[in-house]
Amino acid sequence: MLAEQVLSQFQATGVQTCFHGRHINPQIYADLNGSNWHLKDYESRGGYQALRKILAKNSGVTADDATASGMTPDQVIAVVKESGLRGRGGAGFPTGLKWSFMPRQYAGQKYLVCNSDEGEPGTCKDREILQFNPHMVIEGMIIAAYAMGIAVGYNYIHGEIFKTYLRFEEAIEEARAAGLLGKNILGSEFSFQLHAAHGYGAYICGEETSLLESLEGKKGQPRYKPPFPASFGLYGKPTTINNTETFAAVPWIIRNGGQAYLACGKPNSGGTKIFSISGDVELPGNYEVPMGTPFSQLLELAGGVRGGRQLKAVIPGGSSSPVLPGSIMMDCTMDYDSIAKAGSMLGSGAVIVLDDSRCMVKSLQRLSYFYMHESCGQCTPCREGTGWLSRVVDRIENGHGRVTDLDLLDNVAENIMGRTICALGDAAAMPVRAMIKHFRPEFEYHVEHKTCMVPLYV
Amino acid sequence: MIEIELDGKKVDVVEGSMIMHAADKAGTFIPHFCYHKKLSIAASCRMCLVDVEKMPKPMPACATQVAPGMIVRTKSDKAIKAQQSVMEFLLINHPLDCPICDKGGECQLQDLAVGYGASSSRYEEEKRVVAVKDVGPLISMREMSRCIHCTRCVRFGQEVAGVMEFGMSHRGEHAAIETFVGHSVDSELSGNMIDLCPVGALTSKPFRYSARTWELSRRKSVSPHDSTGANLIVQVKNNRVMRVVPFENEAVNECWIADRDRFSYEALNSDERLTTPMLKQGGVWNPVDWQTALEYVANGLKQIKSEHGAQSIGALLSPHSTLEELSLASAFMRGLGSENVDCRLRNAEFPASEGVRYLGTSIASLSELQRVLVVGSSLRKDHPLFAQRIRQAARKGCAVNAIGFVAEDWAMPIANALLSDASTWVQALAEVAAAVAADKGVESPVPGNAGEAAKAIAKSLLSGERKAILLGNAAAHHARASSLLALANWVGAQTGATVGYLTEAANSVGAQVAGALPGPNGLNAGQMLRGDLKAVFLLNNEPEFDSAAGALALSGLSKTEMVVTLSPFKANMAFSDVLLPIAPFTETSGTYVNAEGRVQSFHAVVKPMGETRPAWKVLRVLANLLGIPDFDFESSQEVLKRVPGLPVDGETLLSGDILNNTTQAEIDFTPAGVAPKVVGIYALDGIVRRAASLQLTADAKQHDVAQEVTA
Repeated sequence: MLAEQVLSQFQATGVQTCFHGRHINPQIYADLNGSNWHLKDYESRGGYQALRKILAKNSGVTADDATASGMTPDQVIAVVKESGLRGRGGAGFPTGLKWSFMPRQYAGQKYLVCNSDEGEPGTCKDREILQFNPHMVIEGMIIAAYAMGIAVGYNYIHGEIFKTYLRFEEAIEEARAAGLLGKNILGSEFSFQLHAAHGYGAYICGEETSLLESLEGKKGQPRYKPPFPASFGLYGKPTTINNTETFAAVPWIIRNGGQAYLACGKPNSGGTKIFSISGDVELPGNYEVPMGTPFSQLLELAGGVRGGRQLKAVIPGGSSSPVLPGSIMMDCTMDYDSIAKAGSMLGSGAVIVLDDSRCMVKSLQRLSYFYMHESCGQCTPCREGTGWLSRVVDRIENGHGRVTDLDLLDNVAENIMGRTICALGDAAAMPVRAMIKHFRPEFEYHVEHKTCMVPLYV
Repeated sequence: MIEIELDGKKVDVVEGSMIMHAADKAGTFIPHFCYHKKLSIAASCRMCLVDVEKMPKPMPACATQVAPGMIVRTKSDKAIKAQQSVMEFLLINHPLDCPICDKGGECQLQDLAVGYGASSSRYEEEKRVVAVKDVGPLISMREMSRCIHCTRCVRFGQEVAGVMEFGMSHRGEHAAIETFVGHSVDSELSGNMIDLCPVGALTSKPFRYSARTWELSRRKSVSPHDSTGANLIVQVKNNRVMRVVPFENEAVNECWIADRDRFSYEALNSDERLTTPMLKQGGVWNPVDWQTALEYVANGLKQIKSEHGAQSIGALLSPHSTLEELSLASAFMRGLGSENVDCRLRNAEFPASEGVRYLGTSIASLSELQRVLVVGSSLRKDHPLFAQRIRQAARKGCAVNAIGFVAEDWAMPIANALLSDASTWVQALAEVAAAVAADKGVESPVPGNAGEAAKAIAKSLLSGERKAILLGNAAAHHARASSLLALANWVGAQTGATVGYLTEAANSVGAQVAGALPGPNGLNAGQMLRGDLKAVFLLNNEPEFDSAAGALALSGLSKTEMVVTLSPFKANMAFSDVLLPIAPFTETSGTYVNAEGRVQSFHAVVKPMGETRPAWKVLRVLANLLGIPDFDFESSQEVLKRVPGLPVDGETLLSGDILNNTTQAEIDFTPAGVAPKVVGIYALDGIVRRAASLQLTADAKQHDVAQEVTA
């Protein structure tokens, strides 16, 4: 399918995606129109300049370039550290620090993996980065590989976005043909080969070790950590895994310097971040804004709450992050620290907005069902606990709840948290605990009256 | 060594150990399900969560490495609360059908639920139901709802058995242990998964619902099948063997036993048992009392001896018989004046004894090998537990080389295989010798041009440390067996590898010690089976299935005037004249000597069935009737005392003076005329051949097909 057709399909749905022009200071989504994703378009936007800069292959456009000596891997890592870039996949781990964990002197194969298994409900940023600006991710990965001395990389792409996977394969071919991937990139000593792989739609494969298992051709189940991927990753080799958006941020940082990136955002939360706003807003879509943008401003960008209704609650960082009441949220800025202080997580930046017509029991029922469905079944608390939570919430929603169920839910969720191999257990438990904490009266009403406090949204 | 503090006690453990290992060392029990000392760490059951200082979350003891100064509390509030919550999760979907569960009373989940479970459940939703699976005649998967997904069985398959037969398919609550697309479980070690299962999900099909664990007496014994000498616990109720499980012995069988050792007991309770002496009179078998039967045998022997001389009497003994029985049977024949005694029933070559042939190394050392050459063996089927040890070695990088006639799946990586027709194995081994000689610049003992495979094997054996050359059953039964041994010895000497026989049966080594071999001018097994003898004693064997002669033995023995069969089973009915019921290994005390020369004695675990008597008593009375001197033993221990060279003073291994694999044999290059006799895994001896469930396995069926093809 042609890019134009894809674009027209998007437009036909009336859903604003990343080309709505409502970003603030965009770096990744700048100047995208849906069809200008090819290599030549990307280069015309300044693409691959960062790679040429570090490899000192600017071919003498200016006098400065001719004398430039490129950047050493250590310098690249230093710039990324300076930029304050934090992992965009959800955990927010400082990227430069992660890169410096990679054993530099390791003699064997090392791997670089891009996590494009974007499964968190509400999140749709990586899909659009790969669809409309794939070369930015490729360039970011090449730079990361250079910084860590890695020769092989994989991009593991969510199974449900197969067209995006095909698009990425196409982009890799373009880069390869242009000498940007493969042996002796741009005539330098540095070689890097990049492959794309697609998953089959399991949410758990977005967990990094589970992704590695899946990439190895096994059942996607998280590994117990330690050992961490930096020492025992893909095929048992040292591996660095970053999110798509993280890689996409790297070229801008190299081109403009770490300080410039940091200045875009807030201290400890550098740069811009793409927020996928969904739910009850007028203009759902992806919005790239600087870190630290007030939530109220972000909500305004998205056209405000749909139909002028009241803001009831916001799930600020993807379905696994604890829900926050609208009143608390309106005082937050969109960065790691502010959201954490309010008792939730910035996560993957999927902002789910709920207006006053939403029943929180129904919402939690949907969330709990999702986590029951997506638990890998490996470790006990999550395998058994997610089903338990889901069934109890189900019962409350269907009018068979008991007064004791709320404490039971909270206790079961507490028993799951921190006792599982991976974070899925926490992800299933946190929404439950937050919902009960902030909206307990609504649950109690449900138990008592066997029906919703709010009228059904139509 | 690292010192940590565990529940206030200082414990020193090796660096890289887990908290669980430290707890083991300190004698502290940390509850667990998925952890097993012989398997890789899954850390998935979460039962072993403990409180580690400075860690915000409780940590799994099985997967948390110790660090200097670490302070661990296994019984703090945080730890106990975590363990209790995991137990609650484990129990919500568990059927709690303990009263009707086969595992009840020996179930880890049940035991730990007493300590960590609540008295009633907070879970009021519907419980999970898991579909029933059929995976063959040995393991029952009818109650998979009990499964707690510890994946011990999955890891056992991958790591110990070498074949991943079980997997955990689907995810979340639907995660289920099953075989891939409904295949059966065919591993020769599959029964161990029943032991490993911490709940009643995988149960023993033959044993199910026949007894409760607390009704069973547990008695130690030794497996009578292959030469491992696996240590067993035979569980007994009302004088009946109900089931067999492993007795842990790190030097021999670790904590595993083969399915053959585990399920063969079915034959001991079967209708095929001979429970009273029988005489064939006018072509009809009639039960008689012992007095009649023994007098008949004694009179017959006296008559034949006086008419044809003692040299017309011979005895074929089974290497599955005990040391006492073999020793006494040999002495009995010699007392009669005959040297016609042999236990090498399946051999094609009968060289004079140069020493007691054995493994050449310890069984435990097989797990640590770096290079091994296995000649003429279906390793996995002939010696499942040796194969398991070599598989562990291979997992650590051991190069496994093989000389054989067909490529077999040993469920381990084979570095080099030299496949040739069995008749040319001498040439094949000579090629390896030539390649070794060329590499070392020494004179080759034999002429030969090494091919690529032989060169690769030689190269493999010349590198590394801890090497062994192992001669399998087919090499021992080979018509050029001594040439193979001589060549193997040369290669072993040049490469620094130990050389030895895997040895076929539970007492193959013991039989040699007991002198169950022909004396001067005595006839060997091959000669005896031709039918030139007037009287033949068959101790615990069926020449039709247990000898190289096979069906030919039938015609040979039919010509014999008197055939006396001493067997626990109704065997050899076609050509025998007298059947004397003797006790199998469970009903008599006795001793086996395993492949490495380990002498292991055992007691009877049940009373002899019917009129059955221990063979040593039968032989003693017969000798008394015939007036043979020095046969006044009162116990099997007294019999054992007359066997020379056994270890004393608490030693269990035979001394190196007795064990000896050297040979002076000349190397004979003429291709062997007959193929070596080999039998399938479940055709090894009379007991396994009558074990009903084992005979239903895929391995037994394959054997049938092979027999049909040769027939």
